[in-house]
Amino acid sequence: MSEQLTVPTMAEFMAEGKKPDILFWVGSAGSYDDRAKKITKAFVKILNKANVDFAVLGTEESNTGDVAKRAGNEFLFQMQAVMNIEVLNAYEVKRIVTCDPHSFNCLKNEYPSLGGVFEVIHHTQFIEELISSGRLKVEGDKYKGKRITFHDPCYLGRANSVYEAPRNVLKKTNATLVEMKRHKGSALCCGAGGAQMFKDAEPGNKEINVLRTEDAIETNPEIIATGCPYCNTMMTDGVKFKEKESDIKVLDIAELIADSQDL
Amino acid sequence: MEYLPNIIFAIILTIGIGYFANNVKKLFRNIKLGRDVDVSDDKPQRWKNMSMIALGQSKMVKRPIAGFLHVIVYVGFVIINIEVLEIIIDGLFGTHRIFSSIGSLYGVLISAFEILAVLVLVAVIVFWLRRNVIKLKRFLSAEMKGWPKSDGNIILYFEVVLMCLFLVMNATDLQFQAMDSGNVISQFISPWFSGFSESSIHLIERSAWWIHIIGILTFLNYLYFSKHLHILLAFPNTYYGKLTPKGQFENLEAVTKEVKMMMDPNVDPFAAPPEGAEAAIPAKFGASDVQDLSWVNLLNAYTCTECGRCTSECPANQTGKKLSPRKIMMDTRDRLEEVGKNIDANKGEFKDDGKQLLGDYITNEELWACTTCNACVEACPVSIDPLNIIMQMRQYLVMEQSAAPMELNTMMTNIENNGAPWPYNQQDRLNWKNE
Repeated sequence: MSEQLTVPTMAEFMAEGKKPDILFWVGSAGSYDDRAKKITKAFVKILNKANVDFAVLGTEESNTGDVAKRAGNEFLFQMQAVMNIEVLNAYEVKRIVTCDPHSFNCLKNEYPSLGGVFEVIHHTQFIEELISSGRLKVEGDKYKGKRITFHDPCYLGRANSVYEAPRNVLKKTNATLVEMKRHKGSALCCGAGGAQMFKDAEPGNKEINVLRTEDAIETNPEIIATGCPYCNTMMTDGVKFKEKESDIKVLDIAELIADSQDL
Repeated sequence: MEYLPNIIFAIILTIGIGYFANNVKKLFRNIKLGRDVDVSDDKPQRWKNMSMIALGQSKMVKRPIAGFLHVIVYVGFVIINIEVLEIIIDGLFGTHRIFSSIGSLYGVLISAFEILAVLVLVAVIVFWLRRNVIKLKRFLSAEMKGWPKSDGNIILYFEVVLMCLFLVMNATDLQFQAMDSGNVISQFISPWFSGFSESSIHLIERSAWWIHIIGILTFLNYLYFSKHLHILLAFPNTYYGKLTPKGQFENLEAVTKEVKMMMDPNVDPFAAPPEGAEAAIPAKFGASDVQDLSWVNLLNAYTCTECGRCTSECPANQTGKKLSPRKIMMDTRDRLEEVGKNIDANKGEFKDDGKQLLGDYITNEELWACTTCNACVEACPVSIDPLNIIMQMRQYLVMEQSAAPMELNTMMTNIENNGAPWPYNQQDRLNWKNE
């Protein structure tokens, strides 16, 4: 990486007596998972390029508790939520963007009744907003005509009915968007949700991510686009399992946009 | 003796409706065994959902073939009920085709009923073929063996018989045929009986009429024992369906209270609990039996008509795991029925039978296979939420029994210790910036 990323923290803003326009919730995967960190950085490049006034919580951020809640541990979830809400409210955060649909869903829908009321958007929605307001220009032909299929993350799509933002952003690259036979409301899960990411699957005859990857392969894509770090891992593993990694790349929409602009 | 048929009719009607009312009472009682939940919010949206999803069948047509056929049977069922009203009035007062006095509109109505009856027959035959000859995968799952399979077919046979009786009844009604208005279909059936004497034809007409109405009353009473209950419960069920985004899982209030207390530095941990605090703490977190579930969950269970759209969309089920959202609903209903019978047998009190929904009906393996992807919820044509039941049972497993799979316990310990599901140091959370 040539140029340095600018990633201010809320604490730094506070020290200067300022508040950013938006908080970037990096999430546990985005902070620690090697693959997801690339997505985080790609998104920061976009934020930097569009001169977005943002900050992260850095070491003050903790797991949303989402995965604990889906595993059935309501105690742990609420402990995490109350802790995070205290920090967020202390910084008077109003608007949050995140690359993780699970954090997105949890912050947006499950924090309010515990005292954390924020406007929460997914990074694909934010990128769409940056493009339509003219703050981010997507030009060039790097992805023109490339066959891209978008895998709807359950917690963005079915869970929150966000189907168009990621597709609208993808269209800006002039790529050829091809839909899998099950998409949007009927999209098949990648297999990671509900805490499955952290455990082995129950006995069966196939892995869910392989089944979903087969859906994607049917569209004969060059790229499988994702909007979730967990989906990304599952689809990447699926492509490897099908021995297609030399033909098909699995990329987050943030990575696609950053790369299309050579950021 | 002149009024004998009227009296017999009134008796049959009273028994039929009375027995049904009794079962409805039982149904209410069983549903009310569930935990209370507040669903009094946003009534306009609830009415809208009911009219779109139940009345308007908006989710049925997502699968065009089954959806289209279902709409025919549904419209047929609703409209032909006008005819049932006439039968009841005729039966009680000894009249014959009382509505025919409304003139030409009567012919139009009966024409519509006759055409619908034929369409229903066709649809029902296709449904039967789908279940028994084409053998669609979703009708062959493990939970569809035995009674559920027979139940599905019995309903179809009932409908075939009722529709045939209706057409025969019209075809052999010489007075009605003579009117030559409204007999669009039955005029072609009528000649089949031309070899019979007038009195035999009349006997056939009367028999068809009586068997038709007795059949309808029998069918009405069959509902309570059948998946077919959905024809009534789809309406309240879609009304009480979830209004919040599908991804939003409710926060347990009891847990919130405890967490707030733990986080509050001013709380004296050794203080005696205030008067009445004991009652505020629930007996258990999550659900292990039907009484722990909400009454909406239980209404869901009675509403389920076992169509299997949920299961056919479930990623776990499609990859050979034991989880089937339909089975979750069927198990919940079976256990609820068992609890209901237990209460009946023990003079209104439930006597512990050493069984529960968790373990005796639904296994941990099924519960842990769920990805919480909401595909089942999205697929259900009548707003049933199997995921909500799965989550409550997971909560019981984790918070009451510490029975999560080992890897999940590791993940949760990591979150507790360092705020991430992996064993990384919280202080390293921003390291990605410089890597």
